Amino acid sequence: MHTVEVENLTVAYQKKPVLTNVNFTVPEGKLIGIIGPNGAGKSTLIKAILGLIPKACGEIKIYGKTYRAKDKIVGYVPQRGSVDWDFPTNALDVVLMGRYGHVGWFKRPGKRDTEIALESLRKVGMEEYANRQISQLSGGQQQRVFLARALAQDALVYFMDEPFVGVDAATERAIIVLLNELKEQGKTVLVVHHDLQTVREYFDHVILLNVNMIAAGPTEEAFTMENLHHTYGGKLAFLNKSQVMVEQK
Amino acid sequence: MKDLLTMIFHDANTQWVLLGTMLLGVASGVLGSIALLRKQSLIGDAVAHAALPGICIAFLFLGEKSLIVLLIGATITGLLAAYCIQFIVSNSIIKEDTAICLILSVFFGFGIVLLTKVSQSSAGNKSGLDDFIFGQAASIVGNDVKLMAGAAACLILITFLLYKELKVLTFDPEFAKGLGLPASFLNFLFLSLLVAAVVIGIQAVGVILMAAMLITPAIAARYWTNSLSKMILISGVFGALSGMIGTLISTLSVGLATGPFIVVTATFFFVISMLFAPERGLVMKRVKRIQFNKKIKEELVLQKNRKGGYHEL
Repeated sequence: MHTVEVENLTVAYQKKPVLTNVNFTVPEGKLIGIIGPNGAGKSTLIKAILGLIPKACGEIKIYGKTYRAKDKIVGYVPQRGSVDWDFPTNALDVVLMGRYGHVGWFKRPGKRDTEIALESLRKVGMEEYANRQISQLSGGQQQRVFLARALAQDALVYFMDEPFVGVDAATERAIIVLLNELKEQGKTVLVVHHDLQTVREYFDHVILLNVNMIAAGPTEEAFTMENLHHTYGGKLAFLNKSQVMVEQK
Repeated sequence: MKDLLTMIFHDANTQWVLLGTMLLGVASGVLGSIALLRKQSLIGDAVAHAALPGICIAFLFLGEKSLIVLLIGATITGLLAAYCIQFIVSNSIIKEDTAICLILSVFFGFGIVLLTKVSQSSAGNKSGLDDFIFGQAASIVGNDVKLMAGAAACLILITFLLYKELKVLTFDPEFAKGLGLPASFLNFLFLSLLVAAVVIGIQAVGVILMAAMLITPAIAARYWTNSLSKMILISGVFGALSGMIGTLISTLSVGLATGPFIVVTATFFFVISMLFAPERGLVMKRVKRIQFNKKIKEELVLQKNRKGGYHEL
């Protein structure tokens, strides 16, 4: 069963293509890394799949159907820097936002929603901080709150935009453990990722992207030196380092 | 003082004015806090200034001064201005601050031109349309208040019903869209509410100072709480109190305009909040820092003494 199918996806910002002709399928219950240099269109890919930005052409299916947000089967972790953390609210309230899709118009989240939100906070090790004003959380804690919010969405497929940026090693480990738990529950997680050194360790599948799609498939097949060269182009000094690392594996 | 009390309790006119200015305070306080967090306070300023041409055009069409028609005119040009700003921002490389400036001055300039034209005509000479520039609270009568109360109640009800949706859209628009919320509809709806709040207020406060009523109670309220719902509540209360106290002061001192007094009162609330709010206020921050430094010093002394004692042994 394919969870996500993307066919001929092209996205353009004012005539300039930022993603051209992307094709891939994602199997169920895997961790997938979306890899590519800055400006490769990684975030754009996620946003286009979620319907947050319009696509020029192409077809996107999730669990065999054209995706609609009201199906509530997709969870989303945006980049941490995309919001104003001085907003007057606490961690629990942010996580509760993950329940808003289930609660429905005009209604307030109920007791059950609060329980789910607290449980999500517990899963990311943040239950003590439920009532903490969000501006007082550290970067790693803010990232965990965003993860907890996605968990509270209770989705089948998760899209995460750079969840490891600006978090310490302990938080990164905690997040990876959590992602593996999700995988074991049969959920599919797509993660925009930057650190080439951890790709083989973290992900079952990769999608290599640089405006065009370079490769997509199981990590051992797609994450090759040749594909990395295609993806990162002339950045040789940087690539030689990762070459060593790729060959070591 | 006795005169004032007599006025409040026995003079229907003063009561209507008081009620009107309090309603405008509540409406602008509630909508202003969301606008502030959405960084749209200045759009409120542009909308207020853009109400002037609408008022003049409505008057020119009708030829007489009927508040509801004037306010409908104000609503239309206010919405148009808000829409123009959004259109410029999303379809050009012009940034929002520039777009706001551009639209504000164009609409207000056009409004002044029309106002001059109106006052040259014989009917317009005594129309009192120029009262809308700085506001004329004393001109509020019972029917106006009923209109204002209806509009304010609608605003507050919609904000209450859509509280959760507006909250997530304000904090994290991308996530809100991902939840399937119709973001562009909600954005448009909120702008309309903001325009309505401005329109409720311009009769008393005037187009120039109206933005202050959107910004000041909201930013004052932000000092007292870390919860959005409480912030909205406090902001509404500050707005209402500003309306009430401003009106009372101007009633006491004959010949002083009410609108500016309302704004000055709101500013007073802001200064008090900035200085004395627990946690966020400047004074409490300073006090806490001093206490903290003192505690550290004491602990250092204690440590030293302990060490000293150890050496003596």
